[in-house]
Order: sequence, then C-alpha cells, then structure tokens
Amino acid sequence: MSGAEFVPLSLTPMLIGTCAAVACALPGNFLVLRRQALIGDAISHVVLPGIVVAFLLTGAIAAWPMMLGAGGAAVLAVALIEAIRRLGRIEPGAAMGVVFTSMFAGGVLLLEQSDTSSVHLDVQHALYGNLESLIWLDATGWASLLDPEALGALPPELIRMAVTLLVVIGFTWLLWRPLKLSTFDEGFARTLGMRTGLLGLALVIVAAVAAVAAFDAVGSIIVIAMFICPPAAARLMTDRLEHQVGWSVAFAVLSAVLGYVLAGYGPLWLGAQDAVSAAGMIATVSGVILALAARFGPCRSRTGAPQEI
Amino acid sequence: MLADALLLNLGYNATLVAIGATLLGISAGGTGTFLFLRKRALVSDAISHATLPGVGLAFIVMVALGGDGRNLIGLLAGSAVSAWVGLLCLSWLTRRTRLAEDAAIGAVLSVFFGFGIVLLTVIQTMGSGRQAGLESFLLGATAGMLRADALVIALGGALALALIVLLRRPLTLVAFDPDYATARGLPVHRLDLALMGLVMAVTVVGLKIVGLILIVALLIIPPVAARFWTERAGTVALLAGLFGGLSGYVGAAVSAAAPGLPTGPIIVLVSFAIFALSLLFAPGRGVLAALLRHLRYRRRVHLRQGLLALAQDQPIYERLTLRLLARAGLARPDGVPTGAGRARAAKALRDEARWADLRADPEHEAAAALYDGLRDIETVLTRDQIAEIDRRLGGPQEVTP
Repeated sequence: MSGAEFVPLSLTPMLIGTCAAVACALPGNFLVLRRQALIGDAISHVVLPGIVVAFLLTGAIAAWPMMLGAGGAAVLAVALIEAIRRLGRIEPGAAMGVVFTSMFAGGVLLLEQSDTSSVHLDVQHALYGNLESLIWLDATGWASLLDPEALGALPPELIRMAVTLLVVIGFTWLLWRPLKLSTFDEGFARTLGMRTGLLGLALVIVAAVAAVAAFDAVGSIIVIAMFICPPAAARLMTDRLEHQVGWSVAFAVLSAVLGYVLAGYGPLWLGAQDAVSAAGMIATVSGVILALAARFGPCRSRTGAPQEI
Repeated sequence: MLADALLLNLGYNATLVAIGATLLGISAGGTGTFLFLRKRALVSDAISHATLPGVGLAFIVMVALGGDGRNLIGLLAGSAVSAWVGLLCLSWLTRRTRLAEDAAIGAVLSVFFGFGIVLLTVIQTMGSGRQAGLESFLLGATAGMLRADALVIALGGALALALIVLLRRPLTLVAFDPDYATARGLPVHRLDLALMGLVMAVTVVGLKIVGLILIVALLIIPPVAARFWTERAGTVALLAGLFGGLSGYVGAAVSAAAPGLPTGPIIVLVSFAIFALSLLFAPGRGVLAALLRHLRYRRRVHLRQGLLALAQDQPIYERLTLRLLARAGLARPDGVPTGAGRARAAKALRDEARWADLRADPEHEAAAALYDGLRDIETVLTRDQIAEIDRRLGGPQEVTP
C-alpha cells in the first residue's frame, strides 16, 4: 500500500480511533477496579438525548454545543442515578438501568419528533459513528505530514480527540496517587483527609469527557468497548496498577489499529467488495483480546479472595 | 383519538401491537422482578445486546439457504442462540476469572454488539435489493407487524409467564439467600441460568416491539417501581407485571394515536412515568411519605424540647419551637407558657426523670434501650411499674413559675 493512498484515507481514521481508544481505556482502568464499569455504558446511552437537545436548542450541527449537551446529559444522568439510589434505596445497577434507558428513550423520541432529516443525525450514526468518513482529503502522501497547508485541513475530530486524550492523560498523571489510593482502599484514603467522593465524581466526569469526545468521532460502541475490554484484559495480565495501565493502553492501540485494518482491508482479502463497520470491528478485536487474556493471562484467576456466589 | 386508541378502535395492526405489547410488558415485569431482587438487573443489558449477532447470522444463513431472510421465527431463534452464547461467556468470565460481574457485563455487551454491527454492515453489502431492515431490531418497529408475529410474541410471552409462576418459590429463595438455598439442596447455579433463560426469552420476544436497546427498560423499570409499594416478593412480582402490562398497553395506544411516536420509546417513557409516580407518592418508601415522616418527627422533637425548656424555665429562642408551642396552645407567642402548657411541661420533665431512673436500672435494660427522647414512657411500662418508679422519685414537686 502506497503512502499516497494510505495517508489521506486511512491514517487519520486510524489515529482518531487510537486516540479515542486510549482516552477511554485510561479512566476505564479505574472504573473497572472500582466496579463502576457500567458507568461507561450508561454515559454512552445518555449522550444521545444530550446531543439531540443541543441540536434542538442551537438548530445546527456544531461540535461544541453538542459536546456541551452530551456532557450535561452525562452529569445529569449521574446525578439522577445517585438521587434515585439514595431517595428510593434502590441498588445502583437497577438505578442506572432506570435512568439510562429512560433518557435514551427520550432521546429517540425527540429525534423522531424533530425535523432532523436535513442533517446527519440519527440513532445509527450515534451507535456506529462514522470513523471511515473522517478522511484527510488534502493529503497526497507521507510528505503532507510536513506540509502546513495540508495539515490545516486535518479533520477537526482528530484535533478534538488529541486534545481530549491529553486532558485525560493529564488528569491521570496529576491525580495518580490519590486515584490509586482511593480505588484500592477508600476508607484509608478518607482517613488521610482525601475527598474521595469528589475524586470519584471527577473520575466519572473525565470518563464522560472522554466518552463524549470519542462518541462524536467514532460512535458509542467503541466507547463502551474501550472503557471495559482493554482494562479488563490488562487486569488479567498483571497485579500492578502501573503495568495494568500500560497493558491496557497497548491493548487499546492494538484493538484500534488491527480493528481498523481488518474492517477496511479484511473483506478485500476475503474477496468481498466493501469494507465493514470499523467501529464494530474494533470492538470485536478488543473482545478477542479479552478472551485470549481470560484464557491465557498469567493473573487470570481469582486468588486469595473468597469465592463469590 | 387517544380514547379510540385506548379502546383498541384504531384498526387491526394497532390492536395487534397493543395486545402484544401488553403481554410482553406483563412477562417482562414478572421476570425482571427476580432479576432485580437478585441484584443482577444489568445482566439483562448484556443479554439484550448479545442478541444482535444472532439476528445477523440467522439472516445470512437463511439467505444462504435460499429462504426469506426476514422470517421472524428464524431471526428470533438466531438471536436466542447468540444471547445464550453471550450469557455463557458472561458466566464463564465471572466464575473463572477475577473480573467482577459489571466488567464482564460491559465486555459481553460491547463486544457482541460490535460484532453484530459488523454483521449488519456485511448484510448491507451482501446482495442487491436485500435491504433487510434489520436495524429495526435496534429500536423496534411495529408498523409492519403481521398476525403471525403477534402470535409468536403472545405465545412466547405467555410461556415465559407460565415458567415464572412455576419457578417463583425457588427463584425467590435464591434471590434472598443463595447460601441457604444451597444448603437446602437447590441447584442455585442452574436456577440462575434458568432465570437468565427467561430473561433471554423475554428479550427475544420483545425485539420486534421495543428493540434490543430498550427491552432492558421493561425488565428493570416496572420491578423497581413495584418495589416502592410493598415489602413482599410475590406482590412485587404481581405489581411489576401489572405496571409492565400497563406501560405496554398505554405506550402502544399512545404511539398509535399520532404519527412520529415510536412505540418502543413511548412504552419506556410510560413505564418511567409510573416509576416516577411510585418514587414520589408510594406510601412507606416514597419520597413524599419520607418527607412527611421527617416533618412529623421534627415537630415532635421541637415540641418535646420546647416543653422541657418551659418546665425548666429556660428561654426559647428557636422560632419553630415557639410557633409549634403556640399553635398547640401550650405557650403564648412570646414564649410564656399557658396553663395547659405548664401541665404538659411538668409531665414531660417528670417523664424524663422516670426515664433516667429506668435507664439506671440494669433490670430494665431492654425497656431502657427504647429510649429516644420522644417515646412516651406509658408505651413501655405498665401503670404499676410507673407507680413504683414514682415512689422512688418522691411525690410531684412544684414547678416554680
């Protein structure tokens, strides 16, 4: 494959997919360890009503209002879950189920009721994203990477995703010790004077930021898969958090690149004509990695802890 | 228009959908109750998303065999198989690896769904004119429902309901105390799998009406709403079935009454409305009831403390206490006690002294443990016992004004 074809058509989607995967996998590590893995699932569902409301308010498909709307919806969902859990004394899983399904249903209803036929906004798009269409038309080959004019025409999703990734990395790096401590021993962290509730909320908000930015570019399937699969697979590889984060990033990158390649070129190798959904394929690859880790990972079994029923 | 819809006067298709949705709601509510009581509500999310690859594969297989890819029974059978595979993966991940159940749920959900999307894009490119409309399984589509489809849904729903009725006792036991159930010799793991099988059946049956993303709502919301109204598992299941059926019926009717109202989301929103009403207004566990209880409690505390302050001639600065005392006719608004107030205050002070005596006596440990500063001592001791305490305390002393 020549650079003239690869750079404009495949490089940017691959980079966006990788950034999205890593940005979701980093907070995913802590969510998995804190048994809040399904927060990612809930967030990715409630993003839809947030985007629809933002569209109805502004009347246009613009990135920032939509991200604000989605972020607002995510925060509202977390608040509602907490309120229902406390006010109704309902277990967290069920409270989550009540909130995200209802908000998603509301989003679908709003979408059907409003006239969005003129713009590219539908449920399918929200689910699968359109990774394949984020191409870099101005590029002509590898040389374009050094050409400021061509670089100026990079898809804006790539910039947004890269910035989000930096924010997520910054958050993880700055709050590494408190996060680690409060994840493993919340009681001890609290006796040291840490605001563990605030920290947990910050983690959820960072996860929501990553989810919303990734959602904008690649759809919600990748978001859920990347929150959970790479960290879960990494968890089966090692007992040290530092190594786990490293493994999860590696798995996320591998899933994104391999998934994109398999989706784009796999069918061609098999003699078919058209590519398949890259988002779906990335999720599938991450699942295969998790299955391999669950079967062969060195730290796969539960040791020391009592068997749960 | 809405009245027509509620009375099933909107034609054949709307009636079919309404009946199907009602049956689906009833069986989903009943099944979901045990899932909810077992604290595994979100497992249904994994199961429902895991149906998608089965739908795609069944379509591909049926087309490859030369049949019509859209045969509902074939698609549902395929979805059941892949949901079962997803369930086995979930169970294997939680039992054989160190991953917690929520991570396993999320992994199964996203991976199966992603693979399903891959299959859907394969189908889209498969042959010309074979636009299968399989996307309708994501959010449900009732517009083109046939009589045969409705029959499949009704039969499946009724079957699931019958199984729930048969299995309700062991399922309840497993939900509340799995250890005890194991000790009684119940096959807990197999019962769990049976429950998941029922959830799967409801999910598969519901694909056509509400779609795989929203069927979770019908399994979770009615039981959660029903839980507010009662403390008995059997009643929760009955109420959940009722709420689910009601949501299905009203939702289907409303969506038939006007264009642009998709059935699945409307059904979910109706059930959410029922949930919200339950959360606010249910007696006992509802928010309003809790608020009233709290206000009543606060009133009692203020009155009691106010009376004790009056008895000891302390000034009262707290506005609420003054207002409550004045409203009860026990004090003037400026805090000076009325005659009745003086009597009640003396009684309150004496009761405090009696309680102090009671709590100092190790023989009355159990009764003394009931002391919370509000309880009337007459509800704890007999008249003779109180008289005995009074003998120890001495006669009533004058309260100096």
